[in-house]
Amino acid sequence: MTNSWTDIKNTDLVVVMGGNAAEAHPCGFKWVTEAKAHRGAKLIVVDPRYTRTASVSDFYAPIRPGSDIVFLMGVIRWCIENDKVQWDYVRNYTNASFLVKDEFGWADGLFTGYDEEKRDYDKSSWDYKMGEDGFVQTDPTLQDPRCVWNLLRAHVDAYTPEFVERICGTPKDKFLTICGMIGECSTPTKTMTSMYALGWTQHSKGAQNIRGMAMLQLILGNIGVRGGGMNALRGHSNIQGLTDIGLMSNLIPGYLNIPTEKEADWTTYMSTRAFKPIVPNQTSYWQNYLKFMVSFMKAMWGDAAQPENDWAYHYLPKLDVPAYDGMRMFELMNHGKVNLYFCQGFNPLLSFPNRGKMTQAFSKLKMLVIMDPLATETSHFWQNHGIHNDVDTAAIQTEVLELPTTCFAEDEGALVNSGRWIQWHWAGATPPGEAKHDTWIMAQIFQRVKKLYQDEGGVFPDPILNLTWDYADPLEPMPDELAREMNGRALSTVYDLKDTTKVVAEAGQQLSNFGQYRDDGSTMGGCWIYAGSWTEDGNMMARRDNTDPGDTGAFLNWSFAWPANRRILYNRASCDPQGKPWDPSRKIIEWTGEKWEGYDVPDIPVTAKPGEVHPFIMNPEGVSRLFSRGMMRDGPFPTHMEPFEAPIANPFNARMRGNPVARVFESDANQFAAIGDPEFPCVATSYRLTEHFHYWTKHNPVNAVLQPEFFVEISEELAAERGIERGGRVRVWSKRGEVWAKALVTKRIRPMQIDGKTVHVIGIPLHWGFMGAAKKGFGPNSLSSQVGDANVETPEFKAFMVNIEPSAEEPVA
Amino acid sequence: MNIDLSRRGFFKLAGAGVAATSLGAMGFGEAEAAERAHVRAFKLATTTETRNTCPYCSVACGIIMYSKGDVKAGETAELIHIEGDADHPTNRGTLCPKGAALKDFVHAPTRLTKPRHRAAGASEFQDITWDEALDKIARAMKDDRDANFIQTNEAGVPVNRWTTTGFLAASATTNETAWLTYKTVRSMGIVGFDNQARV
Repeated sequence: MTNSWTDIKNTDLVVVMGGNAAEAHPCGFKWVTEAKAHRGAKLIVVDPRYTRTASVSDFYAPIRPGSDIVFLMGVIRWCIENDKVQWDYVRNYTNASFLVKDEFGWADGLFTGYDEEKRDYDKSSWDYKMGEDGFVQTDPTLQDPRCVWNLLRAHVDAYTPEFVERICGTPKDKFLTICGMIGECSTPTKTMTSMYALGWTQHSKGAQNIRGMAMLQLILGNIGVRGGGMNALRGHSNIQGLTDIGLMSNLIPGYLNIPTEKEADWTTYMSTRAFKPIVPNQTSYWQNYLKFMVSFMKAMWGDAAQPENDWAYHYLPKLDVPAYDGMRMFELMNHGKVNLYFCQGFNPLLSFPNRGKMTQAFSKLKMLVIMDPLATETSHFWQNHGIHNDVDTAAIQTEVLELPTTCFAEDEGALVNSGRWIQWHWAGATPPGEAKHDTWIMAQIFQRVKKLYQDEGGVFPDPILNLTWDYADPLEPMPDELAREMNGRALSTVYDLKDTTKVVAEAGQQLSNFGQYRDDGSTMGGCWIYAGSWTEDGNMMARRDNTDPGDTGAFLNWSFAWPANRRILYNRASCDPQGKPWDPSRKIIEWTGEKWEGYDVPDIPVTAKPGEVHPFIMNPEGVSRLFSRGMMRDGPFPTHMEPFEAPIANPFNARMRGNPVARVFESDANQFAAIGDPEFPCVATSYRLTEHFHYWTKHNPVNAVLQPEFFVEISEELAAERGIERGGRVRVWSKRGEVWAKALVTKRIRPMQIDGKTVHVIGIPLHWGFMGAAKKGFGPNSLSSQVGDANVETPEFKAFMVNIEPSAEEPVA
Repeated sequence: MNIDLSRRGFFKLAGAGVAATSLGAMGFGEAEAAERAHVRAFKLATTTETRNTCPYCSVACGIIMYSKGDVKAGETAELIHIEGDADHPTNRGTLCPKGAALKDFVHAPTRLTKPRHRAAGASEFQDITWDEALDKIARAMKDDRDANFIQTNEAGVPVNRWTTTGFLAASATTNETAWLTYKTVRSMGIVGFDNQARV
């Protein structure tokens, strides 16, 4: 989230699209209720189903799964055409006036530079025209036909209300009503917030869905302001934290990158990370990359990381592919190229798509290690559970170790919520039986492997032998020790950068903020964005002062929010170019004539005069991007792409399948239904229920009683067409698998008219498996296709094709 | 407005105060004693309170856990009740149908309590000691790493990748667990590293 849950009370309009907050995030949704009750805010829901969120909305419109970009570009088109634009914001705080290379263009659904063979773009034309002074060329009058604004106008021209109705199935009048409501938020004194979740991410173009809304928010001037923002609701309690700390193939904590093998040495690696400003006087904060990177290397390898050995750069793995993400690993596993696999509190047999392939892949491992508080499906993948896990146990040669871990109640430490609040919690119960903390297990594994290398020698043991491990008990590092390490501390005296006689921190002291990080080896810090979370004053994440001066929803003294305890990102943009709040009734910060101050930590150097430094300090442009240059693999603007399995061909280009640059493995490509395949005419989409959390709560007797049995949700029309009884048993199948379920026949899903044909949508909730207290069932991953977003490889769970028929009742055993 | 006085302490004071003053004022001296003798003590009055956050979605509602026994004092503690934390700015004491049943997750019948091992082709898990399990894992990792670690690519560039072992990290473990996991996995050169945020 750019903002926070408590900030939602400040909004005038909530758009829930790609999520279902009332059901999946009920206690956060209370802030929508608060905004409706106390500010008169309105709530719009756009969703394939009339969800629980829709049931309390002011306006609802249906949309076909996988067509969100059409809708969003349609809204942008309408706003431009009807002059619903926050012009001062667009002119000053976005790249609208930047000129783009003449070679750049778009035709037939594709941007310039497409290579069909490689399934990739040559992105060299997706960039600005640069002047001889090294700065970008601009036209502040927005007259130049090559400026971003005019290219955007041309790009969205195809997305007329009629086109939206034809492709999304959203009736034109409903679409226009929504445009009108959204358009009102283009004034500086009205804001809209976007609340989205996996309904937007789980697509082969998920990142572009989100960019579409982010662009709309910029056009309306709603980024950086109270009650505005792009608010990813996030699905799990600490996926924000695990991503911050870089537990991904290609990440280093704090959104730094693991090098590729093209970056063979430190100098080459750093050469592309200079982030030189491309407008005069700009901050371009990533220019500090070196400080964060060196401090990270010192946190990892201490004295073994020295300037002479390029801070032990050779210890880091170098990637030959963009990432060894989950789906790539399961593909490799399925080819017998993975021997040993660890699942720490993760149940991939139900969480990753194409379960049949997952079972095959796990069966080829030598050893699978599970660390979990619960007996998961993954740890029992080899056990036969009839139709619910029909495997030949004796034939599966995988050795499985199932290690019992503690859960939240027995753990101490921090979790990061969607609003980036890092909240500390304490243990209040004894672990059951022999269950152990994950930290204990990881320390045991590491120390035992290290011992083997010490005793036996082996391949490249250096990064293992030299890993810092300064914990009082090496076999049980404590949460406070680990948290301090992530915050960072001085290794030798740290001096002020301007006044080099002034001491900032003495050796051994905790650093107070990332401004104290240095690139000379005098500081260490595991995760620069967490700097300030555990300072010399103690554990800032454990703060519990819930006062809220000005009643803004910021709660600055409650826990700690990264970065720098800032609650609203880009908050400099809440003020006009002169430094006065666009909306005085919603002040966050303002320029006093000498400095920036207010209710939040300013997202700008505090003494940077208005006009000198532009508000988007993380970008070398100093402004936000309506045109994202070559930063995304599938285009600098969002363009409509159909899902890989779709009822219709792409209206711009019938030859185009799904996202033209998404990675598709050969074995998965053979398992797609053809476009418009009559055997698979229904669009399926997955979702959550409020009574369950993922695959965990089916282990709880209470939740298992509240929602005991797997069902699929269909319309009355589809039920009638197929002769399906209310509550009857049905079989649903795709090109990859089949499931049996109870039919929930509702008015919440209606047939849609798409490009002249009737399309039915089937909803598939995701909470059942073959372990736990609930009745055995299936999940959507038995059916969904294994293809991911072109930028981040999040699987396309929200749009795939299936068929449905009535089925005989389950035989009573 | 932090509440310094613990909730338990507050209940004790308030409860005792109300009973004594109202009954005493009405002249029921003996009745008061009789009343006290049969009124059951407030259940949570003898418990330890601990602040925590809900481990499900990332609204991260504040919760108060009530346990018999105090972990901090080194005692065995059994969790007996969980409720929303009224002081928490986000949830202000409320919990959803999942959070309200959190205690059931902690005490789920299918919670794991012992390390177990399933041998190749076996139809059941067998109990195994922690020592045996961890030695097995360490041995398997060392052997696989030594056999398959890629030190240089075809061009002779040092790449230090280990692709035949993978690690899928969690979605609800603490930052501190995440950091220790990161250090362990990265130091060994494992690149097949991912977490729940991917899906």
